[in-house]
Amino acid sequence: MSKRIEVRDLNVYYGKFKAVEDVSLTIEPRSVTAFIGPSGCGKSTFIRTLNRMHEVIPGAYVEGEVLVDGDNLYGAGIDPVLVRRQVGMVFQRPNPFPTMSIADNVLAGVKLNNRRISKSDADDLVEKSLQGANLWNEVKDRLDRPGSSLSGGQQQRLCIARAIAVEPEVILMDEPCSALDPISTLAIEDLIEELKRDYTIVIVTHNMQQASRVSDKTAFFTIAGTGMPGTLIEYDDTSVIFSNPSVKATEDYVSGKFG
Amino acid sequence: MTATATPPTAAESPRAYQRLGDRVFSKSALIAGSLILVILAAVAIFLVAQSLPALVADPNDFIGRPDSFWAYVWPLVFGTLWSASLALLMALPLAIGIALFISHFAPRRLAQALGYIIDLLAAVPSVVYGLWGIGVLAPAVQPLYTWLTENLGWIPLFAPPASGTGRTILTAAIVLGVMILPVMTAICREVFLQTPVLHEEAALALGATRWEMIRMAVLPFGRPGIVSGAMLGLGRALGETMAVAMVLSPAAVVSFAVLQSRNPSTIAANIALSFPESYGVNVNLLIATGLVLFVITLIVNSIARWVVNRRKDFSGAN
Amino acid sequence: MAIDSTPAPLRTSTPANIHDHGRLNRRTPWTILGLSLAAGFGVAAFLGSVGATDGLSLTLALALGTVLYVVMITLISRQIEGTRQATDRFVTAMVTIAFTVAIIPLISLLFTVVTRGAARFDIQFFSESMRNVVGEGGGAAHAIVGTLLMTGTAAIISIPIGLMTAIYLVEYGRGPLARAITFFVDVMTGIPSIVAGLFAFALFALVFGPGVRMGFAGSIALSVLMIPVVVRSCEEMLRIVPNELREAAYALGVPKWLTVLKVVLPTSIAGITTGIMIAIARVIGETAPLLIVAGFTASMNYDMFNDRMQSLPVFVFTSYANQGVDSQAFLDRAWAGALTLILIVMVLNLTARLIARLFAPTLGR
Repeated sequence: MSKRIEVRDLNVYYGKFKAVEDVSLTIEPRSVTAFIGPSGCGKSTFIRTLNRMHEVIPGAYVEGEVLVDGDNLYGAGIDPVLVRRQVGMVFQRPNPFPTMSIADNVLAGVKLNNRRISKSDADDLVEKSLQGANLWNEVKDRLDRPGSSLSGGQQQRLCIARAIAVEPEVILMDEPCSALDPISTLAIEDLIEELKRDYTIVIVTHNMQQASRVSDKTAFFTIAGTGMPGTLIEYDDTSVIFSNPSVKATEDYVSGKFG
Repeated sequence: MTATATPPTAAESPRAYQRLGDRVFSKSALIAGSLILVILAAVAIFLVAQSLPALVADPNDFIGRPDSFWAYVWPLVFGTLWSASLALLMALPLAIGIALFISHFAPRRLAQALGYIIDLLAAVPSVVYGLWGIGVLAPAVQPLYTWLTENLGWIPLFAPPASGTGRTILTAAIVLGVMILPVMTAICREVFLQTPVLHEEAALALGATRWEMIRMAVLPFGRPGIVSGAMLGLGRALGETMAVAMVLSPAAVVSFAVLQSRNPSTIAANIALSFPESYGVNVNLLIATGLVLFVITLIVNSIARWVVNRRKDFSGAN
Repeated sequence: MAIDSTPAPLRTSTPANIHDHGRLNRRTPWTILGLSLAAGFGVAAFLGSVGATDGLSLTLALALGTVLYVVMITLISRQIEGTRQATDRFVTAMVTIAFTVAIIPLISLLFTVVTRGAARFDIQFFSESMRNVVGEGGGAAHAIVGTLLMTGTAAIISIPIGLMTAIYLVEYGRGPLARAITFFVDVMTGIPSIVAGLFAFALFALVFGPGVRMGFAGSIALSVLMIPVVVRSCEEMLRIVPNELREAAYALGVPKWLTVLKVVLPTSIAGITTGIMIAIARVIGETAPLLIVAGFTASMNYDMFNDRMQSLPVFVFTSYANQGVDSQAFLDRAWAGALTLILIVMVLNLTARLIARLFAPTLGR
């Protein structure tokens, strides 16, 4: 159920400001792709265009195409809401719904959309999603407690469970570990390793060790200067990017010379 | 996935697509918002429309036979401004003091509870203030008024003879002052609490006493807040009806003496007292005075907003 | 204030180190306060005994004591601690006095309302109207019903408009229209209540002819006053819902309107309820607009669209203003009405605060 993503000549604008310029790349199904680069290089902006989340910010728009298994996300008459059901997202800070229990958080995608679901189906979905997020054993006895009662790392896994409960094809992760401690980070990284069996995963990270640990391919973004658009510098297998990059800037960045 | 199929002909631009639920919901929000503009326009239009007959009518038809519309309104405008200014004069220093007490002097654990107590003053309905003003305050201050006229009568404000009932414009202003105290305190307290801790600590690090710290850091920072709080309080006092209507024994005079039994009434109080018995063009006359009041409060409130917004512009801090 | 915690003489003797400039002992101000008040009472008692005042005047004693304290603490502090500390102590005293002075009216008002209102705070007061009552007896049932009907209708009109406007401003509003609405909500907040009454009168006079009085017109006037308050408080509450929650819902493929309805509103519902209850408490005590458009009457009236309707604040006012032959009976009813009104308003306010405290979801982490 995972899909291939092709990005063709994508430009992203915030009003008049061009934030990302001319990105083309192909993301293979059932793989983990990492976006790395210095702060403000547009990698977070770019990942949001993969499920049209950038449209939440007023004035943001794109030029170019994003094809998911050949269907353009920006084609005429495409409903961004349906796009987001196909391409899920996990955010930097864990954000479970504070008014909902753990189980309801997992079911949020179903319940918020007014879809009817039988009690037994709901229980199955909760168990399946929480197991998929490696959280089931930790919370199975307190599913009716509020989601905010969990630790930060558990909350983030709850958010992943919530995302996979909608059964998306692709999961985008925008710095999912930056607010977590090392042990929780490890748990998430292990989870990503398991999830890639079923999903196409794209992850933005500031942590280069993380990128080299979890990803199959890595894309390096940077900007020429303040006020300039971010560009894709190099996109290749992770091992190549970290050991033998073809562009000097990439080498400088991954070896810690700048950024 | 739900059954909501995406109609291929929705629009040329992909961004134009909106679901039915979204369209209905955002439209109703928009309508509600626009309704506020409509209501306000209606308030202005209806008041003007109902006022016009009074402006063109023969003043001889008015109650009390004033020379003209403006001759009727002027003592009321004067009374309104005069009582509100007196109230402000008394309440503002108190409000600043209370706000400072709550924000910087009271023990921190008590501060919130003290704030609630002041807010309780705001919760008391104005008619109860009126009742209290006439039943308790007026008799209580009457001896003081007599003493003031006897001993300080040479000051025009305290010119004798003192009212025998205590129902004077000063009593009304005291009640008004108590009523606007909570609004002004709340605003002052808020800006005082927003004083950047760094400024306060910098002052204390220089060896300032608490008062010097307040004078150096808190008051300069809070000045626009004090001004806008004062203006909002003034706006309240201008429009307040019942307390004045009940406390004051009115007469159509323009006088600065605050302790006598003949006092200028206020626009709002005059409307409340005269309206039930009015008919014909006198109703229009009262509505026209209401329009004047509306304009006055609008100006005062606009100044307050302007001061607040100006401050927002140059303090980029938040 | 004073840093030293050990009891010390009035003045710390020769400075032990260079930081010690001499401070007042922590208990000294209290001692001075006690002495000043005692002196105040002494003087007042003396004036009372020689007949300058009517017996022992408590007010005079307290006022004299307070003034004496302010003077003494400033002078003593100046002698021992220097001018700057003296100014600080003076301001501290003044600020504390300001607070105390503001509390006096509140205490006096509550005390008066409770003691005088208790006389007629009985079952009859809540079960009977004033129909055919000229002296003692009668009650405010008609006024209470009228207040509930008119305020309830005003709430039914104002809450949807106010809430939807707040949603528009927070979730959708951009550009000139949103700015205009924000500005005019501010303007509307400043409308004097009597002007709202005149507006409702002008509006209904146009439709039903001059001299119209009906409960529904009162509701319209109250709505004009209530809507801006509801908008303001709802807007504030919606804005503190973190954007992350909205994004989380969008990322799950939830349309915007369902996100607002099922994520944003439930998260802020406690605050919104609080705001609405405070708005109701604000308008339930309004007198002037109802006096104008709903009029006053002695009879029960359940029909919002027909004839005059009494309300509790107007009941208090008319009982006081149109006292009959047995004026004490009218005054007693006025105070009982005031007590009822204050109780309603206080209950609304306290419940609102309780709701805000108990049901607020924890947003911060």
